[in-house]
Amino acid sequence: MKADVTVDCVGLYCPMPIVNTARKIKQMQSGQVLEVVADDEGIKQDMPNWANMTGHEFLGIEEIDGKLHVFVRKSQGSVV
Amino acid sequence: MPEKEKITLILFSGEMDKALAAFNIAIGGASSGMDVTIFFTFWGLNVIKKNEGSIKSKGVMRNMLNFMNRGGAGRLPLSQFHMLGMGKWMMLKLMKDINFPQVDELIQTAKELGVKFIACTTSMGMMGIGKDAFIPGVDSYAGVATYLAEARESKINLFI
Repeated sequence: MKADVTVDCVGLYCPMPIVNTARKIKQMQSGQVLEVVADDEGIKQDMPNWANMTGHEFLGIEEIDGKLHVFVRKSQGSVV
Repeated sequence: MPEKEKITLILFSGEMDKALAAFNIAIGGASSGMDVTIFFTFWGLNVIKKNEGSIKSKGVMRNMLNFMNRGGAGRLPLSQFHMLGMGKWMMLKLMKDINFPQVDELIQTAKELGVKFIACTTSMGMMGIGKDAFIPGVDSYAGVATYLAEARESKINLFI
Protein backbone atom coordinates (compact mmCIF):
# COMPACT_ATOMS: atom_id res chain seq x y z
CA MET A 1 0.00 0.00 0.00
CA LYS A 2 1.23 3.50 -0.76
CA ALA A 3 1.32 6.14 1.93
CA ASP A 4 1.76 9.90 1.85
CA VAL A 5 3.42 10.11 5.25
CA THR A 6 5.26 7.54 7.37
CA VAL A 7 5.84 7.52 11.10
CA ASP A 8 8.42 5.17 12.60
CA CYS A 9 7.32 3.60 15.90
CA VAL A 10 9.68 0.62 15.87
CA GLY A 11 10.82 -0.18 19.38
CA LEU A 12 8.00 1.79 20.97
CA TYR A 13 5.26 0.39 23.16
CA CYS A 14 1.76 1.50 24.06
CA PRO A 15 0.78 4.33 24.31
CA MET A 16 3.59 5.87 22.25
CA PRO A 17 2.60 4.56 18.76
CA ILE A 18 -0.89 5.99 19.30
CA VAL A 19 0.52 9.29 20.56
CA ASN A 20 2.86 9.58 17.58
CA THR A 21 0.10 8.60 15.15
CA ALA A 22 -2.21 11.27 16.56
CA ARG A 23 0.55 13.87 16.42
CA LYS A 24 1.40 13.05 12.82
CA ILE A 25 -2.14 12.81 11.50
CA LYS A 26 -2.92 16.27 12.88
CA GLN A 27 -0.38 17.74 10.45
CA MET A 28 -1.87 15.91 7.46
CA GLN A 29 -4.70 16.77 5.09
CA SER A 30 -7.88 14.70 4.94
CA GLY A 31 -7.68 11.95 2.36
CA GLN A 32 -3.95 11.44 2.88
CA VAL A 33 -2.71 8.04 4.02
CA LEU A 34 -0.44 7.58 7.03
CA GLU A 35 1.78 4.55 7.40
CA VAL A 36 2.76 3.59 10.94
CA VAL A 37 5.67 1.18 11.18
CA ALA A 38 5.78 -0.68 14.48
CA ASP A 39 6.86 -3.93 16.05
CA ASP A 40 4.63 -4.04 19.12
CA GLU A 41 1.97 -6.64 18.47
CA GLY A 42 -0.61 -4.60 20.39
CA ILE A 43 -0.93 -2.19 17.49
CA LYS A 44 -2.82 -4.83 15.47
CA GLN A 45 -5.86 -4.27 17.65
CA ASP A 46 -5.06 -0.80 18.92
CA MET A 47 -4.98 0.93 15.57
CA PRO A 48 -8.42 -0.23 14.32
CA ASN A 49 -9.85 0.73 17.72
CA TRP A 50 -8.11 4.09 17.66
CA ALA A 51 -9.43 4.74 14.15
CA ASN A 52 -12.90 3.76 15.28
CA MET A 53 -12.76 6.19 18.21
CA THR A 54 -11.27 9.08 16.30
CA GLY A 55 -13.18 8.69 13.04
CA HIS A 56 -10.19 8.01 10.78
CA GLU A 57 -10.30 5.17 8.29
CA PHE A 58 -8.30 2.06 9.12
CA LEU A 59 -7.05 0.59 5.85
CA GLY A 60 -5.14 -2.49 6.95
CA ILE A 61 -1.89 -4.00 8.14
CA GLU A 62 0.97 -5.49 6.15
CA GLU A 63 3.57 -7.62 7.86
CA ILE A 64 6.98 -7.18 6.23
CA ASP A 65 10.18 -8.65 7.68
CA GLY A 66 8.69 -8.95 11.15
CA LYS A 67 7.54 -5.34 11.19
CA LEU A 68 3.95 -4.19 11.12
CA HIS A 69 3.02 -1.55 8.56
CA VAL A 70 -0.31 -0.05 9.54
CA PHE A 71 -2.24 2.21 7.16
CA VAL A 72 -4.75 4.85 8.17
CA ARG A 73 -6.52 7.41 5.99
CA LYS A 74 -7.19 10.79 7.53
CA SER A 75 -10.89 11.59 7.54
CA GLN A 76 -12.63 14.92 7.58
CA GLY A 77 -14.40 15.79 10.80
CA SER A 78 -12.49 13.37 12.99
CA VAL A 79 -11.83 14.17 16.65
CA VAL A 80 -8.04 14.07 16.35
CA MET B 1 -17.32 17.45 14.40
CA PRO B 2 -18.51 14.83 16.93
CA GLU B 3 -18.69 15.88 20.56
CA LYS B 4 -15.61 15.06 22.60
CA GLU B 5 -15.86 12.26 25.13
CA LYS B 6 -14.44 12.69 28.59
CA ILE B 7 -12.21 10.64 30.86
CA THR B 8 -11.76 11.37 34.55
CA LEU B 9 -9.01 9.73 36.53
CA ILE B 10 -8.40 9.94 40.25
CA LEU B 11 -4.77 9.37 41.06
CA PHE B 12 -4.79 8.55 44.76
CA SER B 13 -1.55 6.55 44.78
CA GLY B 14 1.92 8.00 44.90
CA GLU B 15 3.76 5.06 43.40
CA MET B 16 5.62 5.02 40.12
CA ASP B 17 3.95 1.96 38.60
CA LYS B 18 0.47 3.26 39.33
CA ALA B 19 1.36 6.70 38.00
CA LEU B 20 2.63 5.04 34.79
CA ALA B 21 -0.71 3.27 34.39
CA ALA B 22 -2.66 6.49 34.99
CA PHE B 23 -0.61 8.52 32.52
CA ASN B 24 -0.69 5.74 29.95
CA ILE B 25 -4.50 5.92 29.96
CA ALA B 26 -4.54 9.72 30.10
CA ILE B 27 -2.17 10.09 27.14
CA GLY B 28 -3.91 7.35 25.17
CA GLY B 29 -7.25 9.07 25.75
CA ALA B 30 -5.96 12.49 24.81
CA SER B 31 -4.44 11.00 21.64
CA SER B 32 -7.81 9.48 20.81
CA GLY B 33 -9.52 12.83 20.88
CA MET B 34 -10.90 12.70 24.42
CA ASP B 35 -10.86 15.37 27.11
CA VAL B 36 -8.90 14.00 30.03
CA THR B 37 -8.84 15.25 33.62
CA ILE B 38 -6.66 13.83 36.37
CA PHE B 39 -7.51 14.55 40.00
CA PHE B 40 -4.48 14.21 42.19
CA THR B 41 -5.37 13.45 45.77
CA PHE B 42 -3.67 12.12 48.91
CA TRP B 43 -0.44 10.27 47.99
CA GLY B 44 -1.15 11.05 44.35
CA LEU B 45 -0.10 14.64 45.07
CA ASN B 46 3.47 13.32 45.28
CA VAL B 47 3.39 12.73 41.52
CA ILE B 48 2.98 16.45 40.76
CA LYS B 49 5.36 17.76 43.41
CA LYS B 50 8.62 19.31 42.28
CA ASN B 51 11.70 17.13 42.69
CA GLU B 52 12.98 19.40 45.42
CA GLY B 53 13.72 19.32 49.13
CA SER B 54 11.01 18.75 51.71
CA ILE B 55 8.17 21.24 51.95
CA LYS B 56 8.16 23.59 54.93
CA SER B 57 4.77 23.86 56.54
CA LYS B 58 3.07 24.63 59.85
CA GLY B 59 3.58 22.29 62.78
CA VAL B 60 6.00 19.56 63.74
CA MET B 61 3.85 16.71 62.46
CA ARG B 62 3.33 18.23 59.01
CA ASN B 63 7.01 19.00 58.70
CA MET B 64 7.83 15.45 59.73
CA LEU B 65 5.37 14.05 57.19
CA ASN B 66 6.72 16.26 54.43
CA PHE B 67 10.27 15.36 55.36
CA MET B 68 9.51 11.66 54.99
CA ASN B 69 7.07 12.07 52.11
CA ARG B 70 8.95 14.38 49.78
CA GLY B 71 7.47 13.19 46.51
CA GLY B 72 8.34 14.41 43.04
CA ALA B 73 7.89 12.41 39.82
CA GLY B 74 11.49 11.23 39.95
CA ARG B 75 11.28 9.98 43.51
CA LEU B 76 8.20 7.76 43.47
CA PRO B 77 8.70 4.24 44.84
CA LEU B 78 7.37 1.05 43.27
CA SER B 79 4.21 -0.40 44.82
CA GLN B 80 5.88 -3.82 44.87
CA PHE B 81 9.50 -4.96 44.90
CA HIS B 82 10.77 -1.48 45.63
CA MET B 83 13.49 -3.05 47.82
CA LEU B 84 14.94 0.25 49.09
CA GLY B 85 15.16 1.54 45.56
CA MET B 86 16.91 -1.45 44.01
CA GLY B 87 13.71 -2.78 42.49
CA LYS B 88 12.88 0.63 41.12
CA TRP B 89 16.35 1.00 39.67
CA MET B 90 15.87 -2.30 37.85
CA MET B 91 12.40 -1.33 36.67
CA LEU B 92 13.75 1.93 35.25
CA LYS B 93 16.39 -0.06 33.37
CA LEU B 94 13.71 -2.36 31.94
CA MET B 95 11.65 0.64 30.91
CA LYS B 96 14.62 2.21 29.21
CA ASP B 97 15.19 -1.08 27.42
CA ILE B 98 11.84 -0.75 25.64
CA ASN B 99 12.07 3.06 25.27
CA PHE B 100 9.24 3.54 27.73
CA PRO B 101 9.10 7.10 29.09
CA GLN B 102 9.53 7.87 32.78
CA VAL B 103 6.82 9.60 34.80
CA ASP B 104 8.22 13.12 34.34
CA GLU B 105 8.30 12.65 30.55
CA LEU B 106 4.74 11.30 30.61
CA ILE B 107 3.64 14.35 32.58
CA GLN B 108 5.17 16.56 29.92
CA THR B 109 3.47 14.64 27.10
CA ALA B 110 0.15 14.73 28.96
CA LYS B 111 0.40 18.51 29.31
CA GLU B 112 1.30 18.89 25.62
CA LEU B 113 -1.84 16.93 24.75
CA GLY B 114 -4.00 19.13 26.96
CA VAL B 115 -4.62 16.78 29.90
CA LYS B 116 -6.06 18.80 32.78
CA PHE B 117 -4.47 18.45 36.22
CA ILE B 118 -6.49 19.23 39.35
CA ALA B 119 -5.00 19.05 42.84
CA CYS B 120 -7.18 18.21 45.84
CA THR B 121 -7.21 21.09 48.30
CA THR B 122 -8.32 18.96 51.25
CA SER B 123 -5.24 16.76 51.02
CA MET B 124 -3.10 19.84 50.51
CA GLY B 125 -4.52 21.45 53.66
CA MET B 126 -4.22 18.33 55.76
CA MET B 127 -0.66 17.61 54.70
CA GLY B 128 0.38 21.25 54.73
CA ILE B 129 1.29 21.42 51.05
CA GLY B 130 1.14 24.83 49.34
CA LYS B 131 0.62 25.51 45.64
CA ASP B 132 4.30 26.37 45.24
CA ALA B 133 5.20 22.75 46.01
CA PHE B 134 3.80 21.67 42.66
CA ILE B 135 5.08 21.67 39.09
CA PRO B 136 3.64 24.42 36.84
CA GLY B 137 1.31 21.99 35.00
CA VAL B 138 -1.41 22.05 37.66
CA ASP B 139 -4.46 23.76 36.16
CA SER B 140 -6.63 24.19 39.23
CA TYR B 141 -7.15 23.40 42.89
CA ALA B 142 -10.51 22.04 43.96
CA GLY B 143 -12.57 19.51 45.89
CA VAL B 144 -15.13 16.78 45.49
CA ALA B 145 -17.85 18.85 43.80
CA THR B 146 -15.50 19.72 40.96
CA TYR B 147 -14.51 16.09 40.62
CA LEU B 148 -18.16 14.98 40.60
CA ALA B 149 -19.13 17.63 38.08
CA GLU B 150 -16.43 16.32 35.73
CA ALA B 151 -17.01 12.65 36.52
CA ARG B 152 -20.75 12.68 35.83
CA GLU B 153 -20.05 13.87 32.30
CA SER B 154 -17.34 11.25 31.76
CA LYS B 155 -17.89 7.83 30.24
CA ILE B 156 -14.67 6.58 31.76
CA ASN B 157 -13.90 7.04 35.45
CA LEU B 158 -11.01 5.35 37.18
CA PHE B 159 -9.62 5.41 40.70
CA ILE B 160 -5.94 4.54 40.68
